[in-house]
Amino acid sequence: MSGESGGRAAFRQKTAEIVVAAVFLLLGAIVIFDSVRLGIGWGEDGPQPGYFPFYIALIICLSSLVNLVRALLVAPQKNKAFVEIGQLKLVLAVLVPTAIYTAVIGWLGIYVASILFVGFFMRRLGKYPWWKVLAVSVGNSVFFFLIFEIWFSIPLPKGPIEALLGLN
Amino acid sequence: MDEIQSLIQGFEVALSYRNLALMFVGVILGVIIGVLPGLGGANGVAILLPLTFAMAQTPGGTTSAIILLSCIYWGALFGGAITSILFNIPGEPWSVATTFDGYPLAQKGRAGEALTAAFTSSFVGALVAVIVITFLSPIVARFALEFGPPEFFAVYLLTFCAFVGMSREHAFKTLASMMLGFALAAVGTDPVTGTLRLTFGSTHMLAGFDFLIAVIGLFGIGEILLTLEEGLAFKGASAKINLGVVLETWKELPKYWRTSIRSAAVGCFMGIVPGGATPASFMSYGVALRFSRDGEKFGTGQVEGVVAPETAAHAAGTAALLPMLTLGVPGSPTAAVLLGGLLIWGLQPGPLLFVEQKDFVWGLIASMYLGNIAGLIVVLTCVPLFAAILRIPFSVIAPVIMVICAIGAYTVHNSIFDVWMMVVFGIAGYMFKKLSYPLAPMVLAIVLGDRAESSFRQAMLVSQGDMTIFFSNALVGSMTGLALILLGWPLMSLGIARLRQTLS
Repeated sequence: MSGESGGRAAFRQKTAEIVVAAVFLLLGAIVIFDSVRLGIGWGEDGPQPGYFPFYIALIICLSSLVNLVRALLVAPQKNKAFVEIGQLKLVLAVLVPTAIYTAVIGWLGIYVASILFVGFFMRRLGKYPWWKVLAVSVGNSVFFFLIFEIWFSIPLPKGPIEALLGLN
Repeated sequence: MDEIQSLIQGFEVALSYRNLALMFVGVILGVIIGVLPGLGGANGVAILLPLTFAMAQTPGGTTSAIILLSCIYWGALFGGAITSILFNIPGEPWSVATTFDGYPLAQKGRAGEALTAAFTSSFVGALVAVIVITFLSPIVARFALEFGPPEFFAVYLLTFCAFVGMSREHAFKTLASMMLGFALAAVGTDPVTGTLRLTFGSTHMLAGFDFLIAVIGLFGIGEILLTLEEGLAFKGASAKINLGVVLETWKELPKYWRTSIRSAAVGCFMGIVPGGATPASFMSYGVALRFSRDGEKFGTGQVEGVVAPETAAHAAGTAALLPMLTLGVPGSPTAAVLLGGLLIWGLQPGPLLFVEQKDFVWGLIASMYLGNIAGLIVVLTCVPLFAAILRIPFSVIAPVIMVICAIGAYTVHNSIFDVWMMVVFGIAGYMFKKLSYPLAPMVLAIVLGDRAESSFRQAMLVSQGDMTIFFSNALVGSMTGLALILLGWPLMSLGIARLRQTLS
């Protein structure tokens, strides 16, 4: 998995461990902050709303501190690559289009966005000829349209193009 | 024998044309889900759960809905073996151990044999677990009817402490991930007083984090990102199963009855306590390796090495439904999703289910017998078809799976914000997997968080804030005690190891 393809590390294990532990610590702190606002003691009717989350968050903070210290103690020679640059590029090549896809859903509706998303993937990563790209990406959306809108009658988000075709 | 009587009634419920058809649909969908990277039992069921909302409204619909979803689960359990044996890619985490001997067998041209052995032992494991469920769950449910809030909280405590004690991941990582789940569950309305918590004025946070979104993101998107790293090509052995191979293998299988019994026992145990199918399959492989006469040949392509993990994984996966039905505490992430389904359909999982929803419970149990038979038939006859799915290039299948996940996330609450959350959970899932933070306790905590908190606070109301209520009688005391021992287990075993080192 790692080190075999000889790529340089984009991030090392230690960095990743520290970042994740720090995020845990931050989330724990946020929860503690809001719990204290809600009251972490005892009211007339038993524990106040913040009581349970407070102790939960306390455990998050304590265990992420342990994880943080453990990460800081990782010896340099054991500090393997977390992701190699090549791998990270592949992951981002999926992650970034997915984020764009999610944004486009709100604008063009899920069916058109899916055509663009699947089409982009096949053209960019798969290097398929256009007619295959079109057939699969449009076919895929038509398939889901039939299943959700017609068969299960669950409406999914639709955009201006569906409105133009009178499919709303 | 009340159980037999109830079971026969259950078969009457399950044996309608509609339910039988749903079983086959569920199993086929499940196998496809199990074969595809990025889709598995937990997120497959989570994605399809919204489709059952309408179905559950019709009379008898909840039974049909649970039959469909549980059969998807059985199918996914079967499907994991196909990719492990033919492609050396475990489609599901619980089939990792199956690759050890399954793939070498396939390379030797004995794929058909390995697959038949895997499917048959899966079936045997599931059957043993269903029999255990049939006879044990009414007893557990009757017993649990007496439970009050302190007992229920002790059960939850035991469940979560078992994760810390038995997880293969580092204890503090398990703890952090589990507690993050509880914190996410606490977002939204406080279950007791109705106060808004942790929403920070955002309307999106009012309803809290839905565990379905978390499951789809953590297991679905996270898994796809991981798969991407390992490259895009699948190279696999081809397989044909014909009747000759099946009968030949079946003749050979009874030889391994000892392994089967041991593995089924390991599986049932690990499924009921929340160990889950994945550790069960590894443990059972290890036990078989130690006790088998051919132990030293394991890893080179031994049928026995396929029998052991598959029996245990399927037994554990099935047995995980026992605590889900009787106590409302799921033994695995997929069981947790099913439990979430019951709650959404308006059923209250727990001991009362066996009193108030007899048709539902026994229909489900009967469908477990039938569903696994359906599963065995489907996988034995359709292997080449399912293997063909894996030959679809990744650049086509990956975006389609992403689209499926997005649709699944959207349909939970008809909200695009949820799709964003799914992407965030996906990135989290990818990081967690790579840094071996376990995902299962987090998912269980999101599902059970509110219930655990409510039972804790109710217990505190009864005792007026006195913590000794969790030791007030033998039952609750022993459960709490056991939970604390499990919680401290990683420290204790570390201490014992240190002690041994200093002594020697």
